[in-house]
Amino acid sequence: MKYGPFLLGRTNILNIDLWQPSATIETLRKRGQLLADIRVFFALRDVLEVDVPVLSQAAVSDPFIDAMRVEYRHFVEDISSDFFLQSSPEYAMKRLLAAGSGCIYQMSKVFRNGEIGRKHNPEFTMLEWYRLDFDEHQLMDEVAHLIASVTAITGIQKLSYKAVFKHYLDLDINCASDELLAQTMRKHIEVIGDYDRDGWLNLLMSHCIEPQLKGAVFIYDYPASQAALAKVKQDCEGIAVAARFELFIDGVELANGYHELTDSYEQLRRFEADQQQRAQLNLPQRPIDMRLVEALSQGMPNCAGVALGVDRLLMIALKKEHIKEVLPFDIERA
Amino acid sequence: MSYSANQLKNGLKVMVDGDPCSMQQVEFVKPGKGQAFTRVKMRNLLTGRVWERTFKSNESLEGADVVECDMEYLYKDGDMYNFMVPVTYEQYAVEESAVGDSAKWLKDNTTCIITLWNDRAIVVTPPNFVELEVTETDPGLKGDTAQGGSKPATLSTGALVRVPLFIEEGELLRIDTRTGEYVSRASKA
Repeated sequence: MKYGPFLLGRTNILNIDLWQPSATIETLRKRGQLLADIRVFFALRDVLEVDVPVLSQAAVSDPFIDAMRVEYRHFVEDISSDFFLQSSPEYAMKRLLAAGSGCIYQMSKVFRNGEIGRKHNPEFTMLEWYRLDFDEHQLMDEVAHLIASVTAITGIQKLSYKAVFKHYLDLDINCASDELLAQTMRKHIEVIGDYDRDGWLNLLMSHCIEPQLKGAVFIYDYPASQAALAKVKQDCEGIAVAARFELFIDGVELANGYHELTDSYEQLRRFEADQQQRAQLNLPQRPIDMRLVEALSQGMPNCAGVALGVDRLLMIALKKEHIKEVLPFDIERA
Repeated sequence: MSYSANQLKNGLKVMVDGDPCSMQQVEFVKPGKGQAFTRVKMRNLLTGRVWERTFKSNESLEGADVVECDMEYLYKDGDMYNFMVPVTYEQYAVEESAVGDSAKWLKDNTTCIITLWNDRAIVVTPPNFVELEVTETDPGLKGDTAQGGSKPATLSTGALVRVPLFIEEGELLRIDTRTGEYVSRASKA
């Protein structure tokens, strides 16, 4: 093939070896079928499909998720204004809930800077849904039904966050000091530097516990300090925990769900806390989504919501080692 | 040349705590909520130690100037092993600590892979197979060419290996240096 002069200066796309898809056509057929099966699952339950924008003026507040910034202009020579590719459709979906949408789901592309590896691609497909009057345990049941109806995976275990730390690391997270958490981590893997309590808990979870999790496991009752946008409640011992759960299958983090926070003051307080943490860590400040805060103040119905990585679900179902094996084109080929 | 931790790849050599290290297993670890890390299993090229460390993904690491080069073993002089680059005749004196266990497979003119860090030899890797002569072993058992059973034999370099019972002193043997095991008899040139 000959390249015309219009391609001059665009040699970055001339790595011709990478023209082919990273997944096989056979896998892409299964991918298409999975997307169709998921839509059938929600159609049968009367959950409405929505497609909120993936481009927004606000960005996620979470200090450890870096939204991609996009320059928007009214005309080519105009001064640009910043928009952000969404890292999840959460904020806009909650605004729909507050506006009276009822139960909704979205299955769309989301974007996260710098997340690249065996289980990460910076652009990936997220399935997110919200169920009115569900709490996080009812939603876990529905996640299990969805997984069972679109894959061969059944019989998901349920363990509290406290129980997995006891079982895998013999740590009582309600009593263990930060030093003990650090010591336990360093027994497994060398770590330089110091972290706060949640930093150590996250390191232990992602480096020491996750790789040992076999089969499918829901972990629930996260520490209140890791509530993100979940309600905080009391566990059976009266200790404050987040009404949050995650699903792991064969050590891969697959879904994250909450009994959703509906209090607009608390929502604003958490956004501000995230901004402060960003400032301490020298991370860029992002515009807070005040439209979400306003929507909550108008009243968001009691509901539970969950986000699930569709590419990872396909990886697990087809026993693929690398996420690129289930994507038409991974970032390197995009 | 410096790298951020999330640019690490298998086989890349970088400086860690002042020593050149080779990356053996690299995995990006990023929970949905939580910081990004690069978990690495690596080998210290000076000490041979293999261990795991997790780096913050934005941590920066200096590349290590490490190259591998084919060299011929010449002779031992005191504590130093002398090697030569066949193309340029350039000679390198290599310390005993860098030669390590490979010393027992070194015969004159054996071509080895020498790992150089800032032009200093730090690792000597012998060829996968070497042919060495038996200098000492119990007398062979005639006719016992197929049955199991083995005995110790000392080779010309001083290496001690297990050999089949039928092997005699003076025979040339083919040895796998990675396992230290006898492979077969070798024909004398």
